Amino acid sequence: MELKPRLLTTRRSLITGLASLGGLMLGGCSKELPPTYGNILRMGDVLTYKAQRLLLPAHALVKEYDRHEISSMPATGTTNPADSAQPAYKAEFGPTYARLMRNGFADWGLSIEGRVDRPGIYTLADLKRFPSRTQITKHSCEEGWSSIAEWTGVPLRRVLEAAGMQPSARFVNFHPFDENPDGIDMVDALHPQTILAYGMNGHDLPVSHGAPVRVRVETQMGYKSVKYLRRIVVTNEFDDMGKLGLIQTGWSWYAGI
Amino acid sequence: MLSATATSLHVARRSAHSVWVRASHWVIAFSVMTLMLSGFVILMAHPRLYWGAVGNDLMPALVELPISRNYWHHGWTPSVAFFPGAGSPVTAERTYDIFNQNGWARSLHFLAAWFLVLTSAFYAVAAIVSGHFWRDLRPRAVELAPRQLWGSLRRHAHASMTPGPPYNPLQKFAYIVVVFIALPLMALTGMTMSPAITAAYPGLLDAFGGSQSARTIHFGIFVLLALFLIGHVVLTVLSGFKRQLRAMTLGT
Repeated sequence: MELKPRLLTTRRSLITGLASLGGLMLGGCSKELPPTYGNILRMGDVLTYKAQRLLLPAHALVKEYDRHEISSMPATGTTNPADSAQPAYKAEFGPTYARLMRNGFADWGLSIEGRVDRPGIYTLADLKRFPSRTQITKHSCEEGWSSIAEWTGVPLRRVLEAAGMQPSARFVNFHPFDENPDGIDMVDALHPQTILAYGMNGHDLPVSHGAPVRVRVETQMGYKSVKYLRRIVVTNEFDDMGKLGLIQTGWSWYAGI
Repeated sequence: MLSATATSLHVARRSAHSVWVRASHWVIAFSVMTLMLSGFVILMAHPRLYWGAVGNDLMPALVELPISRNYWHHGWTPSVAFFPGAGSPVTAERTYDIFNQNGWARSLHFLAAWFLVLTSAFYAVAAIVSGHFWRDLRPRAVELAPRQLWGSLRRHAHASMTPGPPYNPLQKFAYIVVVFIALPLMALTGMTMSPAITAAYPGLLDAFGGSQSARTIHFGIFVLLALFLIGHVVLTVLSGFKRQLRAMTLGT
């Protein structure tokens, strides 16, 4: 006869527990966090994001490897934004990319806009005038494979500071020549190993790996390291990038795991 | 002699599963099954296992599993070397439309992992605080004798188990290995695949010999856990499925 009250207590405590967990996850409904659109998977993503931001030191450096550890590396996703047969081909910018590529990207420019005091366009030569950083790091693909390569570029932080990043800045969004726009928060944007890479394994970044410039976000899975950069927009609110963004296509925006 | 008496006293005692054991059992059961399903779907995207820091389609694999259309797909452009000379690492472009459901599978895997980790932590604390661990799970020295284990195995074969504690030596062994060794190793090898976590705790990479080794160990333990799950369910069925289910749900 003791059974029923005990069961009720269990059920009640379970419901209370789940509801409080849900409350924690639903904290994701603000413009400073990725939206969940009521999707329980996206709520889990936000929980992982908040937990990692809470529990992990912000700027711990990822392991850097020796030159002899550089490995083979597949080129996946878009491997040429000028190729209209590729799934993420963007008709608006494909022909522009083809023209820039023919000229060795001499006419390419990266626009830095949004919450910066000095928006402007940086050519490849402008980026190379910044002190460079070379790092041999591991690329972890969400598919399950990984590779080690040497990346050379300018820390994103230096470019953002040069552009006069405003204190209200919360996110840095990357708009490429293909249909894979994405963004990161300021913790990763200001991470010392987050670089705008123009070199790979001692050469110019190849087209298949994101020429002329890709971002390397070493603290997240490979898909966050957007290739073929065209525009960088600093915002104070979360931009889910609409139908092309990760969240609406069913992926986690934060990919630290 | 004293310990033998103590053991027989324990055998005489029959008790039901306590409420927190039942609650955590089912949350863990549901989480583990979700993790196994989503983990398998994740593996289907890249059904190759490696040893060491890195591994990919342009490198030799330890094992290749024929579990999706991605198995030996050969959809690559000719390789281009990064450096001059033989043996240079290479790159190639993928031309094949791979099977990849990781958008939902990865998020579901981590959501279920949250439920498993939080419930397991609750279980571990409750097991120690309530005395369940010391009373019911801890193997006594006398139980580790070969004759005891053999007898336990024979009783398993005849499936004459009653629900709840006291557990026989083989049960204790299986539960301790699963709860206190396999599941923590699963969590640790899983975290060794995370770029953010290994940045903060690079010791994980050293402990498992690299993130690809960790991935391979993660798969190996999955196989062991799947075997345990099969044995667990088979024994439940053989020893009276309805009775066991009632005991683990209602506690009667």
